Amino acid sequence: MNFVLKIWRQEGTGSGGAFSHYEVRDVEPTVSFLEMLDTLNEELTESGQEPVAFDSDCREGICGMCSLVINGQPHGPIPGTTTCQLYMRHFSDGEEITIEPWRSSAFPVLRDLVVDRSAFDRVMQAGGYVTVHSGPKPEPNSIPIEPEVAEEALDAACCIGCGACVAACPNGAAMLYTSAKVSHLALLPQGQPERYARVTAMVEQMEEEGFGSCRNYAECEAACPKEISIKFIGRMNRDYLRAALREPINPRGKMESQ
Amino acid sequence: MDLDARIPSAPIEFMWDTHKEHLRLVGPRNRPKYRILVVGSGLAGASAAASMAAMGYRVDCFCFQDSPRRAHSIAAQGGINAAKDYRNDGDSIYRLFYDTQKGGDYRSREANVWRLAELSTAIIDQAVAQGVPFAREYGGLLANRSFGGVLVERTFYCRGETGQQLLLGACSALAEQIHAGSVTMHTRSEMLDVVVIDGRARGIVVRDLLTGKLSSHAADAVVLATGGYSNVYYLSTNAKGCNVTATWRAHKRGAGFANPCFNQIHPTCIPVAGEHQSKLTLMSESLRNDGRIWVPRQASESRSVDEIPESDRYYYLEERYPRFGNLVPRDVASRNAKEVCDQGLGVGSSGLGVYLDFRDAISEYGHDAIGARYENLFEMYERITGESPWNAPMRIYPAPHYTMGGLWVDYDLMTTVPGLFAIGEANFSDHGANRLGASSMMQCLADGYFIVPLTIGDYLSRHPSGDVTTDHAAFSDSETEVRDRTERLLSIQGTQTVESLHRELGRLMWQDCGIARNADGLSRALDEIPKLRERFWNELRIVGSGETLNQSLEHAGRLADFLEFAELMCRDALVRDESCGCHFREEHQTSEGETLRNDRDFSHVSVWEHRGMDHDPKLHREALTFEALPLAQRNYKT
Amino acid sequence: MSRLLSLYRSTLGKKAIVAVTGVAMLVFLVLHVIGNLKAFLPDPQLGVPDIDVYSRYLRSMGTPLLPHGAALWAIRIVMLVALALHVVCVVKLARINHAARPIRYHRRRFVEATTAARSMLVTGAILLAFLGFHLLQFTTGTIDSERFVEGAVYANLYRAFHEVSIFAIGYVLAMGILATHVYHGAWSLFQSLGYDRPDRNPGLRAFALLLALGLFVTFSSVPVAFFSGKMPVPPDSKRVAAVKGGG
Repeated sequence: MNFVLKIWRQEGTGSGGAFSHYEVRDVEPTVSFLEMLDTLNEELTESGQEPVAFDSDCREGICGMCSLVINGQPHGPIPGTTTCQLYMRHFSDGEEITIEPWRSSAFPVLRDLVVDRSAFDRVMQAGGYVTVHSGPKPEPNSIPIEPEVAEEALDAACCIGCGACVAACPNGAAMLYTSAKVSHLALLPQGQPERYARVTAMVEQMEEEGFGSCRNYAECEAACPKEISIKFIGRMNRDYLRAALREPINPRGKMESQ
Repeated sequence: MDLDARIPSAPIEFMWDTHKEHLRLVGPRNRPKYRILVVGSGLAGASAAASMAAMGYRVDCFCFQDSPRRAHSIAAQGGINAAKDYRNDGDSIYRLFYDTQKGGDYRSREANVWRLAELSTAIIDQAVAQGVPFAREYGGLLANRSFGGVLVERTFYCRGETGQQLLLGACSALAEQIHAGSVTMHTRSEMLDVVVIDGRARGIVVRDLLTGKLSSHAADAVVLATGGYSNVYYLSTNAKGCNVTATWRAHKRGAGFANPCFNQIHPTCIPVAGEHQSKLTLMSESLRNDGRIWVPRQASESRSVDEIPESDRYYYLEERYPRFGNLVPRDVASRNAKEVCDQGLGVGSSGLGVYLDFRDAISEYGHDAIGARYENLFEMYERITGESPWNAPMRIYPAPHYTMGGLWVDYDLMTTVPGLFAIGEANFSDHGANRLGASSMMQCLADGYFIVPLTIGDYLSRHPSGDVTTDHAAFSDSETEVRDRTERLLSIQGTQTVESLHRELGRLMWQDCGIARNADGLSRALDEIPKLRERFWNELRIVGSGETLNQSLEHAGRLADFLEFAELMCRDALVRDESCGCHFREEHQTSEGETLRNDRDFSHVSVWEHRGMDHDPKLHREALTFEALPLAQRNYKT
Repeated sequence: MSRLLSLYRSTLGKKAIVAVTGVAMLVFLVLHVIGNLKAFLPDPQLGVPDIDVYSRYLRSMGTPLLPHGAALWAIRIVMLVALALHVVCVVKLARINHAARPIRYHRRRFVEATTAARSMLVTGAILLAFLGFHLLQFTTGTIDSERFVEGAVYANLYRAFHEVSIFAIGYVLAMGILATHVYHGAWSLFQSLGYDRPDRNPGLRAFALLLALGLFVTFSSVPVAFFSGKMPVPPDSKRVAAVKGGG
């Protein structure tokens, strides 16, 4: 198979970028999209041109490092798939393929197709945890959890943090990511004590990072390689509004003097 | 080289408790005075960094990925063992110890293995408290399944994403500490040297992968949690970025490297499809619970799968190992797959593959029951190969997966360099010559949550805090070395890409130091590797500079270390003139083709001391003793 | 109050405000259209259209407890505030959204997003402009003031839609835009307020669709009916004026 690649090249954050065109020839349909780019990079290197920088690590669809907007869709055209598990057999011979980085002001481009997703980490750091330190813990079977609840929590927790939801959202919102993280713990008994403080803190951090707002397009759900449902966004909205309107403000304020 | 493992003198059941009672402590007020560097943010690194920071130490954590959560622990699929005995099937600490020791073919240290089994239950408690959504029974209690070569159901799991959930749990604890300011996280940062001053590890030199800037970090102790080195084979189930660099550089600074030839080849991976393949994908071993492995009996088989009658299907594991059948340990399954493929019975276009067939399981348990167990794995297989396991058997082949070898550590998980600790896959300690399924995460988390946070205090309490800064000449010397090396890599300007050279090394290692090894092959590899290394340093081509994100340069630095390390690995494989666990020397096998150990001469850990690339490394031995569990020949047949 | 302010500061809070004000306006629209449909009812007394009676009722609503017209003004104020909040929040959110993606994609393929969802800002802006026009035409009578007689609702409708075809066509088009806006808005507000659930969503979707279609059909029926010429000629202006004087 032969392809024409139209790839976004950019020296670094802040410097302007532009598309470059490359031709790749004799690509096997069994080759993955990233392996096709690997081959391109080898050819570029051999001819003395700088290879295209793109993120990837596990190459089995779980680390969330790979990105790429391929022909206008984050992670390409196949639903429920990361770029690293996208194969060239999904494209038609001779096709022009446009490859762009995630576009979001919260994810500045670092080089070519590589973006900085540390905003996601800061959202997690704001409250995406149960405050529990290492050491002896209660016997886990002392708190039974309905399997349906555990499964739903896992549906949310299986988010790989790739950022495709942000890339896909016409508003550049991080609602699917944040809501998945919030809902994972909000569903489980372990997450209850900090439930409302958590949602408030994480939403505030999300907004501070400069993500857009949700307009219920559901593009995020369609782009999510783990097919996480937008139902979690409604869930988070509910928790957030409840925290804002009903729960005590700064419940820990009085505890700090202890 | 001092190989005193400092094993406490107490009966094995009380060893860890006794040891904890006698460890020296650092008081809560003094802990913030000590700085600890944790390199790596996988299960071991994240759990250790979070635990130590929560205790009050000042921790800096480093990872080369863009987020700690991306470390390759995330990809562990199957599950995590714990001796909870929830299934009332006779499990106990002893039995988990027994299975691990036996699975490791009696090449691990009893004291460490016992402690691992003992701590296994606390890990589950810890993870559940963090909100890890383990699978549950209808009644809301934790579910278990059996896993790879054991006779009890003790494996806890979250669908096929157990590693992801455990890592997210550990990383959430890490996130809390980052937020609290007690951990400083350095992402896209690669450790390129350990700085040793007066015989103690006092810091590291790190390259910022975005700017190429080198920075020195001084500390009171350094913890390496940098994973394994399966990528020495180029194709493996590891992430593209996994590398030996941190442990190798530590080795060059004096840390003994133990059992480098012990590496596990995982039996259930998707076979190689073509030349440009960049990685091998693991299919969870749990598939072997219901799938039947077979190849056609005839090498010349030309019929399609459906047309091959039952009598012409060779269920080689079931026939050879009636008791364990398809659930034999990983090394046995891998070696048998290679053997039948070597006999020309392999399937698929390359002939390097065997069938893993769910036809019988589907007809016995029904589509829904099998779907509930394996749906996501079936989808994954179909996504990659374009073929559906519902219609045709999967094709699988072994692939390098996990390395039992690593930096030598004592009972406190400290390497031969005082103040330098190694945890998780980066050390050698618990899995002997072969790792039992669902125990890698157990070891990482035992090390990170429960062991190193305590033992490091004992070390720190013996030394004043913060008495070295990066002004020390050793740091600038080390930075200069690292800088020179990077510049040298950039200045070669040859013709070969780093990928092509890495592929060459991989082929060579797979051929001569792979599933089965022999003296001739290993000697040949020992001749070839230095030649390849020389070609690397003469023919490599890297385009771009060292002052920006340059992924070829990163890869080249890692390959340079693999090219040195590969030689040690082959040397170790050659010197270990016995078969044990995953290390199968063709010269040493039973009449039935099983591994044949030589306990008289090889009941030891081989620990290598680096003496410069111009000299051969020196071999030291830590003798292994077997008191809790007497030596026995592994037998999975009856 | 401080809670509401802090809610207003967050995007989730703004979305909630957009949703609540959206609900208020939807309720208003439903009441409004019920009033409109009175144009089709027979005159309760000779020469006095039912819709004119209703119009008078609106002004006298709440009397004698409240002064004449007070209740109507209260509703107007509430609706204006709701509209203002709705618009202000949407504009603020649009700015945030715009800033969140400073560089657009060169190539973009949407999978799930409906045209209705993607055009909310445009339809909203058109509706705002339409609303202004509508008020100037039928409340203040500024547009086409020669034909307009205050209080003669039926006559005003007749003259506008029967005699000026562009008004009828324009109003039907505007109601199409309204339906598009409501189709996404009436579904999305449940999510913004956190009432959506997978098991409820098909029902919520159907509700939004029915509401949008219902509003379109009922609102459009009035201009279409007048335009078609099937509606009776209004009573003459003098009598209308007399009725007005009596009110």
